[in-house]
Amino acid sequence: MMLQHIAWIVLFAPLAAAALIALATRRDDRLSAQISIAASAVAFAGSLILFLAFDRFELAWSWLNVGPLKVDLGFKFDALSGLMLLVVTGVGTAIHVYSFGYMQGDRSFARFFASMSLFMFSMLGIVVSNNLAQMFVFWELVGVSSYLLIGFWYERPAAADASKKAFIANRVGDFGFLLGILMVWGLLGTVRFDELEARLRTDPGAMGAAATVAGLLLFCGAVGKSAQFPLHVWLPDAMEGPTPVSALIHAATMVAAGVFMLCRVFFLLNVPDSSALPVIAWIGGGTGLLAALIAVQQDDIKRILAYSTLSQLGMMVMAVGLGGPGPAMYHLVTHAFFKALLFLGAGSVIHAMHHEQDIWKMGRLSQRLPVTCKTFLIGALALCGVPPFSGFYSKDAILAQGFEHNTWLFLLAVFTAWLTTFYMSRLVIVAFFGGPKSSGAEEAHESPGIMTSPLIFLAVPSVVAGIAGIPGRLSTQFGAAAEGAHGPAGFAALFEPFSHSPLPAFLGLLVFMLGVAAACSFYWGAKEDPLPSKLGWFARAMKDRFYFDEIYSALVRLTQETIATAAAWFDRWILSGLMVRGAHGTTELVGRALRLAQTGNLQTYALLLAFGVAWMLFYALVAR
Amino acid sequence: MMRAGLEHYLVVSFLLFSLGLLGVVARRNLLVVYMSLELMLNAANLALVAMSRFNGNLDGQVLVFFIITVAAAEVAVGLALIVALYRRRQSAHVEDLASLKL
Repeated sequence: MMLQHIAWIVLFAPLAAAALIALATRRDDRLSAQISIAASAVAFAGSLILFLAFDRFELAWSWLNVGPLKVDLGFKFDALSGLMLLVVTGVGTAIHVYSFGYMQGDRSFARFFASMSLFMFSMLGIVVSNNLAQMFVFWELVGVSSYLLIGFWYERPAAADASKKAFIANRVGDFGFLLGILMVWGLLGTVRFDELEARLRTDPGAMGAAATVAGLLLFCGAVGKSAQFPLHVWLPDAMEGPTPVSALIHAATMVAAGVFMLCRVFFLLNVPDSSALPVIAWIGGGTGLLAALIAVQQDDIKRILAYSTLSQLGMMVMAVGLGGPGPAMYHLVTHAFFKALLFLGAGSVIHAMHHEQDIWKMGRLSQRLPVTCKTFLIGALALCGVPPFSGFYSKDAILAQGFEHNTWLFLLAVFTAWLTTFYMSRLVIVAFFGGPKSSGAEEAHESPGIMTSPLIFLAVPSVVAGIAGIPGRLSTQFGAAAEGAHGPAGFAALFEPFSHSPLPAFLGLLVFMLGVAAACSFYWGAKEDPLPSKLGWFARAMKDRFYFDEIYSALVRLTQETIATAAAWFDRWILSGLMVRGAHGTTELVGRALRLAQTGNLQTYALLLAFGVAWMLFYALVAR
Repeated sequence: MMRAGLEHYLVVSFLLFSLGLLGVVARRNLLVVYMSLELMLNAANLALVAMSRFNGNLDGQVLVFFIITVAAAEVAVGLALIVALYRRRQSAHVEDLASLKL
């Protein structure tokens, strides 16, 4: 057996675990969890071996062969999917272990792990797809497993609603994605990435004027999955799921699938005829700013992190739109580590506070939860972009990309970075420092080792991922031109941003300091939020998430009621009235009229017969 | 003096036929209706014979013999039916025989 065939083990181990748990071991909680964790660990080990042994290879097994359409079940391994495999399986394994502690005592423990394994399988399927059709299949599978996990506590109405909302919002995006795939297939005649790329390399204008539409339709998929404006509303609600799910799916991996897909099909977006990229950039930048503004006024610790995720995803999408899939992937990887860390830290806090999520009921948790607090701080510093934490380098790559290509988006990104620092500082100061604001905060206890060890495990890459040479690895994928050009690894990478493009780097540092200073002046020792009294209606709009949910529900209600009224009218008057009752009425009326002719009188019949004969004679002899 | 032509015979035949039809449609006694029916048959016979005579073709006369034969048989059956009906219903009026109506 060749070493490459480990790939199939990596892909199918989680599916096997999910099937095994669902079919056989569901009654045994402990065993189910162990199977699931083992499958995840096996996938991680396999990915690590592949990552170290290979640069690129591709396995394919023909799955569907209908006329000109050929679809493989493929395993495409290159720098992009290699990195992503490591992130998904690595972060996934840490979160599986953490869940073992966090979900302890839940009555559907085994079901939880089966769903997690199913999710791992679907996500890995997306990552290793070598064609658009396979990617779409796994794309939908990811949607399903996300639905299952958000609605895990389905007996809570909020969770059930959130799962439906997520699924429907994703379906809207996926529909565009499917149209985009069909369009690309129609224009270029294949769905395989390598063939598409070769085709566009020899003939960049092969898609003609339709390139923009095709690009934007593909982007629709990313809008849904990565929760970009205007489909961003599902992600914050998805926090109704268990916290490990929020960490795994709605921070680190699934929502990154959209960005990953954009990077995978970047060559389709980046053709001379297409003007899709600027649209993508502005939507990404706009989402980033919008979500950061909303995050400033949220009180639920998980919701703050959810909006922060939205904001960071917006930055990544913006980077792709600015022609930099390299920086986008770079930020995706580092973000996966520190955002998973932050969510798991938040989960640990929630666990210690007995399911209290309001940061204004916490306070001085730094003393009660030392490990959680330290790791959370590391994650927050990485998110805010402080050297030498990983977030600084990847965010700087995006800022540099913006600086080189679009000044307005650059300024927007810098402002978003300032907001990021501000709301994260607010969260840390209010929740972990100051006086305890409730009795629960005074009595909180540190979570058990099975929950803190994944925190420590994730804290390591959150610190060092910035100097691990990820950009160098990615440059083999996109070429140095599209790369943003951070090259070296190790010690040299530590100060590289300052020499490569000093303005964005120093500006990034400056907004961090400004953000911390502003947050300190507002929130240090504060008992309640001072912002609403200072900003008035704007703070209220931020707190109410700019009324997107209300607008959407009003719109949906409006359209739905209009369509329902029209449909009811059509049904009542056209279908039921005109067609059903009409046919019945006409038959009856004609029948009643003809019945008058049946008198039973012999002589009437004779007369009618005579008339008939006379008429036929007339017709035959005269009228002809 | 004018010789009788084909037209005259046909007009007489038409008048006979019309009278017969009128009798069938308008009279109330079944026996009279029956007689009117015979009148219509004989109008047809007259037309056939006249045509045969004026066209020099005997086919029409042959047909008339058939018609007379059939009419005789028909009268035998029809009168028997009417007698049977009268015995059952004590009436030979067409208005009393409306049981075909639903």
